[in-house]
Amino acid sequence: MNRKIHLTVNGTARAVEVPTSRTLLDCLRNDLGLTGSKEGCGVGVCGACTVLLDGKMISSCIALAVSADGHEVTTVEGLGGDERLHPVQQAFIDAGGFQCGICTPGQVVSAKALLDAIPNPTDAEIREWMLGNLCRCTGYYKIIESIRAAAQRSRA
Amino acid sequence: MNAFEYAAPRTLDEALAVLGEHGDEARVIAGGTALVTMMRQRLVSPGYLVSLRGIHGLDRIEAANGDLRIGALVTHREAETSPLVRERLPVLADTFRRVASVRIRNMATVGGALAHADPNQDPPVTLIVLGARLEIRSAGGRRELPVEEFFRDYYESALEPGEVVTGVIVPRLPAASGAAYVKFLPRTADDYATVAVAATVRLEPDGERCRTARVALGSVGVTPIRARAAEALLAGQRLGAELLSAAGEAVEGAVDPLSDHRGSAAYKREMAAVMTGRALTQAWDAARASSRGTR
Repeated sequence: MNRKIHLTVNGTARAVEVPTSRTLLDCLRNDLGLTGSKEGCGVGVCGACTVLLDGKMISSCIALAVSADGHEVTTVEGLGGDERLHPVQQAFIDAGGFQCGICTPGQVVSAKALLDAIPNPTDAEIREWMLGNLCRCTGYYKIIESIRAAAQRSRA
Repeated sequence: MNAFEYAAPRTLDEALAVLGEHGDEARVIAGGTALVTMMRQRLVSPGYLVSLRGIHGLDRIEAANGDLRIGALVTHREAETSPLVRERLPVLADTFRRVASVRIRNMATVGGALAHADPNQDPPVTLIVLGARLEIRSAGGRRELPVEEFFRDYYESALEPGEVVTGVIVPRLPAASGAAYVKFLPRTADDYATVAVAATVRLEPDGERCRTARVALGSVGVTPIRARAAEALLAGQRLGAELLSAAGEAVEGAVDPLSDHRGSAAYKREMAAVMTGRALTQAWDAARASSRGTR
């Protein structure tokens, strides 16, 4: 029960054969070697596996890889690299928006999606958007500050 | 997760044919938030999945004959942010907005969530008090069913094998009416409700007395529950503390909550009465505003 699927991952066309039961998260991590997205809860609650599907954030741990066939996926690896960080990534560094780091790829991808949708969010909008990304180090204030800083920077 | 066959038909007719062919073994998948989670937890192990995602025409929100028709593949986020829904039925947009997180609302579809028949969900109670109907298709034809009659038990609905929810049709609120949805969430903002109440109030021409009211509750039984005894008490009355307390008592008699990590059955029963009072007060206020607007 394998199936060949075609994805555009971080701008690159990829073809991969997967069992129908493969989650998108496992496909990204194990078939495509993109281990930035993490599995936390495995039930769509914690946000560690957040990726963008056609620009919209989803939980890749409860998405089937086959359901992404023909679509565009953006992971944290697609936002920036060591040479050039995405403004959201730089803001998380500058404002101390992470502690242990396990939730950070999901936080950064969600924050990017937020600023794509609402370039200048209020704190209430940041909180509502990000409430699905848990940080068990509880660094929430710094995360909100990071997003605020990233929004300001992109306005400047 | 178990191994399964996966079909992604391009048309509804094709999907219905595949479903008819595979009977009980097949499950419909749309956003997948409920089904994939249950499959990962090995609560269900279907041998065949039929995805509706590639089918065009099921993802539209449209106004028709004064009703609002929301296609089954519309996501919660699309329903919540739709200008048409916000303008016509703000209570419904607000209800969709209370579901889980933005990320889950991007995935979960309106039809899929209803077909999942989880009594802890937000939209069913609001849809019930608004008098919404489900549009159901099978290879044999099309039928409509009031949302209120759709739920049978935990995760069990009136859907027959081979049937698919294709949309939900929501009538406009009548004149001099108001609606409210109150979700009691003592834990986290993305949680299921501990108790949820939706209410509508339609006023008499005097703009004060209740002509008809509807009350439905979620998370307090194996299905969403319509509190008809409470509704009967409200008809013809003016809003007041005594009336709300009587309605609350009637609600306590109608609900049948389970004790769980969100609270004991006794606590939920009491909170059902409290939240009903709040929902009715909000709906009444909205009805008064609507009544003033039309006079």
